[in-house]
Amino acid sequence: MRLSTYILKRSAFVVFSLIGLSILVFVMARVLPGDPARMMAGPRASQEVVEQLRKAMKLDRPLYEQYFYWVVNLLHGDLGYSLVTRRSITADVLEYLPTSLELIFLAAIFEIFGAFILGVIAGRYSYKWPDNVVRIFSYVGISIPAFVTAIILQLVLAWTFKVFPTSGMLSSTITKPPTVTGMLTLDSLIAGRLDAFADSMWHMILPAAALCMGGLLQDARIIRSGMVENKDKDYILMATSQGLPDRSVMFKYLLKPSVIPAVTVMGLDIAALLGNAFLVERVFNWPGFSQLGITVMMNKDLNAIVALVLVIGIIYAIANIAVDIIVAYLDPRIRLMERGE
Amino acid sequence: MQVKERIRRISVRYDLKRKWYRFSKSHLSMVGLVIALASILLAIAAPYVAPYPGHAGLTLNFKEKFLPPGLKYILGTDEMGRDVLSRTIFGFQYSLTMAAVVLGLVIPPGVVLGLIAGYYRGTWVDTLIMRISDIFIAVPPLVLALSIAAVLEPSVFNAMMAVSLMWWPWYTRLTYNTASALRNEYFVQAGEVTGASSFHLIFGEILPNCLGPILTKITLDVGWVILLGAALSFVGLGAQPPTPDLGTMVSTGANYMPDYWWISIFPAVAICLIILGFNLLGDGIRDMFVEEAR
Repeated sequence: MRLSTYILKRSAFVVFSLIGLSILVFVMARVLPGDPARMMAGPRASQEVVEQLRKAMKLDRPLYEQYFYWVVNLLHGDLGYSLVTRRSITADVLEYLPTSLELIFLAAIFEIFGAFILGVIAGRYSYKWPDNVVRIFSYVGISIPAFVTAIILQLVLAWTFKVFPTSGMLSSTITKPPTVTGMLTLDSLIAGRLDAFADSMWHMILPAAALCMGGLLQDARIIRSGMVENKDKDYILMATSQGLPDRSVMFKYLLKPSVIPAVTVMGLDIAALLGNAFLVERVFNWPGFSQLGITVMMNKDLNAIVALVLVIGIIYAIANIAVDIIVAYLDPRIRLMERGE
Repeated sequence: MQVKERIRRISVRYDLKRKWYRFSKSHLSMVGLVIALASILLAIAAPYVAPYPGHAGLTLNFKEKFLPPGLKYILGTDEMGRDVLSRTIFGFQYSLTMAAVVLGLVIPPGVVLGLIAGYYRGTWVDTLIMRISDIFIAVPPLVLALSIAAVLEPSVFNAMMAVSLMWWPWYTRLTYNTASALRNEYFVQAGEVTGASSFHLIFGEILPNCLGPILTKITLDVGWVILLGAALSFVGLGAQPPTPDLGTMVSTGANYMPDYWWISIFPAVAICLIILGFNLLGDGIRDMFVEEAR
């Protein structure tokens, strides 16, 4: 099976899951108690107004018809109207999503580099003290929820030692660069404002670190076990016995087959950052997508909840497809195995 | 018959002994077992162990609010003057109940669906069940749990429902993988040829052979469910104050950082400790079964 066919097949599969997800969330929001028309009108509105709104919002139609209208609007890029922020949800998403993505990108970079560095060190010195240190940290890391990491980092590095700012995106002394992409770091670079760029990066380090910590330590362990497992294989013995330098054996022959399982897990972990952002953004008061998410959830804004879950589902799906492509590229066996079925 | 029965009993006892030996050899597994047992005991004995059991609920004791850790209140007091230690001990009850209820609700349907899909592998039954389970895996677990909890009105009970609703597919997938592999084994096919019913084949032949991985997943999942539950209450969509829930305590305490750090740090450490204990225990149990398989 060629790589392009494989990708197409995977994408079709993902689109199917997304349709299913949209039906699930939509039905959940409509069937469970809660009346969007009443919310829209406010508690003091008369029954007549609520009824009129219900008609206008097409809430009096059968469920499948409502779903149809919703999908048609969705395909036009219209996610509906938020009952809490009183704005189009598309506008809200476009405003808040970039700030979260920015944070998640940085966390992903931390996670990839950190996991590789720690994993390779632990694998290289397996069963010696660096390996044990990484092992202990990864046990602890998996057991700490992201919000606890966030609070502890904030307490130690921001409140006590004042190395990093405690919350927010930008110091009050620095003016915000004009919005182009919505990502503060990129906007600063576009505007040529290095001071704003440095300051926003400085604000992002702690939240990003808290966000990726659990996944990072877990991935390091997986890279380490992959390396240890492959260390005894014949082809490594052959490379060593032919007198290849240690470093070249490590990086050229040992690392590539060892990272394949880690790439799959790492991809899932990075996609899961979207979920953890809900916890970390709250601690650092980061004005991102998850803050919007929590606001609409606490206010039971059904329209917005459905839209946000779907947006996250789409991003998650794209991330998963990307991981599949990378893994298929790294490991030809996966592509070839598909043919066997 | 009697001799046979006796031999069977002896071999079971021998097998358990060997498993226990392998488990107890690992220090980390033993640490996990001790932490897990200790937290269960603490949760059960909370009303007797906690120094101020009355502080678990809505007690107002403003005279002694924000006291740092000291002799009278070992872990200090919170914004209403309640003992943080007592509330943390009661918090164990909620976390462990959460894990027990969620896993109890999720495992039977999850496993049965996985068995059925695995047994009828390749038919429309398989496709239907597995594609539905894919839908629940299409978003990060926390996001789906949060939105379900939000739609249902936040409370402890609804948080459990929300976590359960998104947790079953993992058991379905796990059982499906094992069951669909076992489907082609000779002992299952032999049963089929001799006319055993599908019911007997699924529950009498395939299920017992799936139990190892399922049991391992259960112990590893206790930690995850507690983590997810704590995350839900941290965001405000789980247990509501004044319930002494660990996640809620961390989240309210975060408002009084950094001066009154003990209000959120101690419950946070408690959450990590329970999760760590069950993770280590789960790893130990997994090693017990994995080495067996070799």
